[in-house]
Amino acid sequence: MRSFTYERAATPQQAARAVGGKPGAKFIAGGTNLLDLMKLEIETPTHLVDVQDLPLGSIEETGEGGLRIGAFVSNTALSAHPRIRRDYAVLTRAIQAGASGQLRNKATTGGNLLQRTRCPYFYDTNMPCNKRSPGSGCAAIGGFSRQLGVVGVSDKCIATYPGDMANALAVLDAVVETVQPDGATRSIPIGAFHRLWGDTPERETALEKGELITGVVLPAPPGGRHFYSKVRDRASYAFALVSVAAVIQPDGSGRVAFGGVAPRPWRSKQADDALPLGAKAVIQQAFADASPRDDNRFKIALAERTLAGILAEVGS
Amino acid sequence: MSDPILPVTRRALLGSSAASVAILTAGEAKAGNVAASAASIRMPVSLTVNGTERLLTLDPRTTLLDALREHLQLTGTKKGCDHGQCGACTVIVNGERINSCLSLAVQHAGDEVTTIEGLGTPDKLHPMQDAFVEHDGYQCGYCTPGQICSSVAMLKEIARGVPSHVTGDLDGEMRATDVEIRERMSGNICRCGAYSNIAAAIADVARG
Repeated sequence: MRSFTYERAATPQQAARAVGGKPGAKFIAGGTNLLDLMKLEIETPTHLVDVQDLPLGSIEETGEGGLRIGAFVSNTALSAHPRIRRDYAVLTRAIQAGASGQLRNKATTGGNLLQRTRCPYFYDTNMPCNKRSPGSGCAAIGGFSRQLGVVGVSDKCIATYPGDMANALAVLDAVVETVQPDGATRSIPIGAFHRLWGDTPERETALEKGELITGVVLPAPPGGRHFYSKVRDRASYAFALVSVAAVIQPDGSGRVAFGGVAPRPWRSKQADDALPLGAKAVIQQAFADASPRDDNRFKIALAERTLAGILAEVGS
Repeated sequence: MSDPILPVTRRALLGSSAASVAILTAGEAKAGNVAASAASIRMPVSLTVNGTERLLTLDPRTTLLDALREHLQLTGTKKGCDHGQCGACTVIVNGERINSCLSLAVQHAGDEVTTIEGLGTPDKLHPMQDAFVEHDGYQCGYCTPGQICSSVAMLKEIARGVPSHVTGDLDGEMRATDVEIRERMSGNICRCGAYSNIAAAIADVARG
């Protein structure tokens, strides 16, 4: 691990200023992804600003009947919160489908949104990777791509966003709140938070230098039945091949997002609108522009069957 | 007795080994020049470990795991993968289990850390330690401290009502069923494959 200096910030804006004003500085919250990458020298921050003392550790009601989740709320605390379990069950299900008990205790809401891809070529520093080392090429294209993206990818990068929590936030129409070094605040809809790779796969989110996530706002509960189905190579503690987050209303309408297939939770109005027509119609919309490889073409069929399983449960 | 084919004495062999060690050390020192100035960064960290307040002066890179093992000589906590994948380093911090390898010691200033040494002693085992012995919940034993710290904190998560991936009714009472125990312990790997006995030991404690 490369050497770095460390400080604890006292206010969100102080933290944003500390990172914004120093090249090589990064925030650290739970650290479960960052420290892993620092040990591999994929991440090499020269200064860490710890945000654990900021007043971002609680879940509060909003005036609109929703909830504001502090950025430092742990995955475990969020998934176990009574209102989340009752009114936003897709979020509890998604979080509990990811990682291990130990990791969920440490991982935070803000940090989870920023977790980086698990593409094996991103992790292998001997291989070219446009995300890790811009301009070096992509070893995944033409390589072993079974785990990688099938839609929303580019000819520079076919990595996926690996998380589970954000897929649920996508169907809940969550909004990410931030503060910038100059004190200005922003509200970023979850659908605009993660970028498609395009020509700059090293830029993964809408955040600017020093911009700190302060919380995630959930609108009033969407009602309906909540589902999170994750298909993976072992029954627990593995990243998704395909995951499906869905909220289905009694009339068959609803919202659906796919994980493990794209640079971000993959949700579209066209796919949502096709839900009453069945899984095949949804997949035709959601994956209309897919560009799978031979190794990962199966993900599209797997996504359809996983959604069909959910819809069968709704109908039963 | 001399050997005409290999005229190498034990003394000469030892001498040349020592020389290569010396060369290696010099090489490392040279490569370490860049790190030398960085290595001068030290921070005071105070944390409570197994009920005793400990003051350390650490390079900020020091993980909680290395602080416990290398600076406090609490070697019960094990280093397996060092990347949060195996769970051998599991300790309990402020009542919650975490991977101590994926946490910096400086992040834990003021925290209360419980390691396997703080759960029980050879004369007075923690009930979970007792159950692991009773059920033969190990083979080589390397993952055992992590398994025990993890399972002790895991049962408290169930008692607090934290749901899991296999929980049916999110509003119902959480129970330590066999399926729940297996899912909730998936962050602790046992390369010897003692899982069935580990699960039996934990179930014993869970059900009194």
